[in-house]
Amino acid sequence: MKAETTRANKNSYVLEVRELKKWYKVQEGFFGQKPVHVKAVDGVSFNVKYGETLSVVGESGCGKSTVGMSILRLIEPTSGQVILKGKDITNISKKELREIRKDMQVIIQDPFGSLNPRMTVGDIIKEPLDIHKMYSSKERNRKVAEIMELVGLDLSYVRRYPHEFSGGQRQRIGIARALVLEPEIIICDEPVSALDVSIQAQILNLMKKLQREMGIAYLFISHDLGVVKHISHRVAVMYLGRIVEMADKHELYNNPLNPYTKALLSAIPVLDPDLKKEKILLEGDLPSPINPPQGCHFSTRCLNAKDICRNVEPTLRDVGNGHLCACHFVV
Amino acid sequence: MADTLLEVKNLKTYFYTDEGVVPSVDDVSFSIGYGETLGIVGESGCGKSVTSLSIMDLVPSPPGKIVDGEILLKGRDLRKLSEAEMRKIRGNEVAMVFQEPMTSLNPVFTIGSQIIEALMLHKHLSKKEARDKAIEMLKLVKIPMPEKRVKEYPHQLSGGMRQRVMIAMALCCDPQLLICDEPTTALDVTIQAQVLDLIGELKKKLNTSIMMITHNLGVISEIADNAMVMYAGKVIEYGSVRQLFKNPLHPYTNGLMNAIPRIESDKEELYMIKGTVPSLRNRPKGCLFHPRCEYAKEICRACMPIFVERDGHKVRCWKYTDRW
Repeated sequence: MKAETTRANKNSYVLEVRELKKWYKVQEGFFGQKPVHVKAVDGVSFNVKYGETLSVVGESGCGKSTVGMSILRLIEPTSGQVILKGKDITNISKKELREIRKDMQVIIQDPFGSLNPRMTVGDIIKEPLDIHKMYSSKERNRKVAEIMELVGLDLSYVRRYPHEFSGGQRQRIGIARALVLEPEIIICDEPVSALDVSIQAQILNLMKKLQREMGIAYLFISHDLGVVKHISHRVAVMYLGRIVEMADKHELYNNPLNPYTKALLSAIPVLDPDLKKEKILLEGDLPSPINPPQGCHFSTRCLNAKDICRNVEPTLRDVGNGHLCACHFVV
Repeated sequence: MADTLLEVKNLKTYFYTDEGVVPSVDDVSFSIGYGETLGIVGESGCGKSVTSLSIMDLVPSPPGKIVDGEILLKGRDLRKLSEAEMRKIRGNEVAMVFQEPMTSLNPVFTIGSQIIEALMLHKHLSKKEARDKAIEMLKLVKIPMPEKRVKEYPHQLSGGMRQRVMIAMALCCDPQLLICDEPTTALDVTIQAQVLDLIGELKKKLNTSIMMITHNLGVISEIADNAMVMYAGKVIEYGSVRQLFKNPLHPYTNGLMNAIPRIESDKEELYMIKGTVPSLRNRPKGCLFHPRCEYAKEICRACMPIFVERDGHKVRCWKYTDRW
């Protein structure tokens, strides 16, 4: 489709995020005291190439969803830059924002809450075209039919309502609605987390197929490392508002460097009862983001933490082959 | 069998709704030995949670009703007990841990008082003794500073901590059977690993039998001795964890294993089980899985398969019978 025409340079980026921050003020600063912030996202930078899947993975409260919502400007970032197809969209007006949303769509986790129960499936999928006044009315209906076929929805469903569908089918409707504008990138926030395994596999395979055929890029936000491994090209691991490791998928899973990534990978239960792997059991819980540990945020749970970790924040740096890691003890 | 703690025979729990009868649990039989961990796995709506609620006699009634079957705990049929007798069993001999610790803990009482209440009721301890025991239990589940934590309210604890409190509360009366219904589903992976490790350790220490209900096959593989797979209210496969994971026989079990994206695999395409789980009100004739099964033949569409057993590994599929 339009992917071939716009993707002139395959190595250029569809999305660039620079030093993105989202701080929430939780307490005013009285009498000259400093106000207290929750640093939900604290200086996150990454790029997504055309037709690529970058996954952001982390545990609850790490800020991964806030990253997605800030990029979409569904919440306003505190500082930083979001550049879509070479254009800085961080400070553009609502009107311009609506225009660029043709290129950037979203799929969210809950397929029950995200579809208007009073609209038919056909109308839900057609609505983006109506809003952007694309195509003639006849063309729009043809487009809806085309997209429904693409995501595996039977055309006879076009006049049905969301409540008549199962979770997996609803997620297909959500995907169809995101696809109908032929965006360059879709921000997917836990798109398969609410689904059963057998349905999850169907949706993941569908998303990969759509990427192959239409050349869409995904920013895939998830807590499930198995799902992430399957769908991504590159993976970024977040911990308390910061990226702690980012690399090519195979590199990250075969050669994790950050102690947090290692612990995260070893915590996943394996399906082979003979393969009792050595687990790295982390002590304690995620610290409060209101008062994160000094220095490296992970230092309170890290098994190798030394004095320097508790005092100096490690920077995210390239350790070779484009493998980025934030840890003092990785060379 | 002397070493069987719980034996469930031909359990049927139906829900009578305006739209028709829902056979949530349909002719389910299994047993759990002393110190054994049985995993029950299946997708949403397969009847795994209703099975556990039936054992505790906690099925919401109406619309739910245990229609038939026996639930034998140490040879005693729980279905024949009065509500007063059942209340002594719950918490005392059979305890339960639920998925969402925030909704199972009372937000207006301290966690200490909630454990103390259970101990005073079931074990008839004095308040002082119960308090000491509560602290000891919190120590057992590795909650740091238990003397301080007993005075805290559920909202002051993290999700992992709350689940530990739930486990402490469930174990405080030394139950012989602990039913865990998706105990780690709401938790992050690193916390899940901690809680699973704790459950495994406590099982060794206390020799409690565990019934572990989950949709996560990985959890079953890590913690269970035996496992059964449920589909649309029926048990379709039953065996040791090793048999089930090394040699899954039922096409559904096999499909599930291949549909899971694994971190140790580099497969590009996941195996897809086509279609969706059938509505329980309107189940297909014959084998319940046949509309989604790639091997389905005439016989699968016509008759429900019976269990075929080989070395204790049971499967409900025509493929393994002479009639195939």
